[in-house]
Amino acid sequence: MSFRITCPVCGARSSTEFRYGGEVPENWREVWRRDNPEGPCRERWYHEFGCRRWLTLVRDTRTDEILSYE
Amino acid sequence: MNEFVERQIGLRWPRAVRRSYEVVIVGGGGHGLATAYYLATRHGITDVAVLERDYIGGGNSGRNTTVIRANYGIPDAVNFYQRSVDLYAGLEEEFGRAVMHSTRGVLWLAHSEATLRGERARAALNTACGAETVFVGPDEIGTICPQIDLTGGGTYPVLGGTYHPRGATARHDRVVWGYAEGAMRLGVHVHQGVGVTGLHRDGGRVVGVETTAGRIDAGVVVSAVGGHATVLASMAGVVLPIRTHPLQAAVTNHYAPILDPIVASADLLVYISQTPRGEFLFGAEIDRQASYSRRSGHDILALCARRVTTLMPFTRQLRILRQWTGSCDMSPDYSPIMGVTGTDGFLITTGWGTWGFKAIPAGGEALAETIATGRPAPLIAPFGLDRFERDRTRADRGSAGTH
Ligand SMILES: Cc1cc2nc3c(=O)[nH]c(=O)nc-3n(C[C@H](O)[C@H](O)[C@H](O)COP(=O)(O)OP(=O)(O)OC[C@H]3O[C@@H](n4cnc5c(N)ncnc54)[C@H](O)[C@@H]3O)c2cc1C
Ligand SMILES: [Zn+2]
Repeated sequence: MSFRITCPVCGARSSTEFRYGGEVPENWREVWRRDNPEGPCRERWYHEFGCRRWLTLVRDTRTDEILSYE
Repeated sequence: MNEFVERQIGLRWPRAVRRSYEVVIVGGGGHGLATAYYLATRHGITDVAVLERDYIGGGNSGRNTTVIRANYGIPDAVNFYQRSVDLYAGLEEEFGRAVMHSTRGVLWLAHSEATLRGERARAALNTACGAETVFVGPDEIGTICPQIDLTGGGTYPVLGGTYHPRGATARHDRVVWGYAEGAMRLGVHVHQGVGVTGLHRDGGRVVGVETTAGRIDAGVVVSAVGGHATVLASMAGVVLPIRTHPLQAAVTNHYAPILDPIVASADLLVYISQTPRGEFLFGAEIDRQASYSRRSGHDILALCARRVTTLMPFTRQLRILRQWTGSCDMSPDYSPIMGVTGTDGFLITTGWGTWGFKAIPAGGEALAETIATGRPAPLIAPFGLDRFERDRTRADRGSAGTH
């Protein structure tokens, strides 16, 4: 069901004009934190066009060489 | 840079690195050099060093596709980029050098109803903010750029779009050299081959840099290191929301000069222009994974070729000559991050992602003003790092997009 939200700029508008952003986090700084390492990075990949499973690996972001799989 | 060009533009390289400067700017890309230039020319601050670990313009400023435009999607961005468009138009006069600035217009195509609505909104917002952008139908598009297949190969029919007449291109190296030359003429030191490896702090304050040429003290340190923003900021204990992604581009062989405007498609996520040499220059979206690698690959060529030939079937005759990659400092809201950082003596200019070439003049001008006056220049005040903590992000993905 849609409802109305009062936007400070546009006034009362249908909720269908908005995108739902989820609950407000405790700490915005953590939400936007990116470690962005230059070097080994532990990360997740989803094999979308294959078995459709998640895997975790360590990739060197300087070379894209995959250093290890978990 | 070859010797001939260097003699022509008269870059006066300093002989020795001084042990102390009022302002040390890390990174000799467009943003670092423009900041130095405006500090010297507009504020009389010339005790400035720009430290570049490689060669000036060797980062993204010498790897981009040089699209200059102000047709952004939020008022703060339109105001800022319009200033840059204006400064670019006067840059040849400012430098007394040719930077091959060429106003050719940007045509932004929509192939779906949703995108068409977005383009209509963009035209209205741009106009309201003083940037010239008009909503155009397929007929007008065909007139402005007869090279486009309006049927989109049957799959991507052109439903309409926007035209931004002041869109332009300029020769990227010459822009970089122009700023370097002008800054050095007034006594700014630009040191190539000097990399920053650490920051010196006294209490909380940043007071200098450690470099491959020894320690240098500084009143203020400015990080202008492109894709390496996170690496440098972490030396100052500053956490950034930046993620570094590769962005690739490519050119074809030369072709008769026929394509006037820069053509972009939001639905096909591709943009194309023809260089003064006659090459077709194109690019698309960033690589999905975060990476500092500048290796290029075949998959992006295949993807671009399909998109470009869909819009302009005659380009099937062309051959790709070169491709290359830069490391983009992507911000989560697709807007720049400029100014103070919460660590005294340490300022940043980052979040330039895939869209910061056009921002070099206005970005440098505003950052220089911020350094000289100690207050954020009004044009960049909305783009401070503190916006993330205050939940005041400046989301503009659709218009920053790919270039
Ligand atoms: C393929 C591609 C296409 C693009 N197309 C467009 C476009 O059409 N329009 C547009 O507006 N923008 C475009 N961009 C984005 C634009 O190129 C960049 O946003 C802009 O050049 C950033 O300039 P900069 O000075 O911040 O960074 P850079 O030009 O990357 O300069 C940073 C410099 O810092 C140096 N450095 C790094 N670490 C250190 C250190 N520790 N010590 C000393 N020096 C260091 C690097 O060597 C580098 O020279 C594109 C980018 C790419 C990669
Ligand atoms: Zn699998």
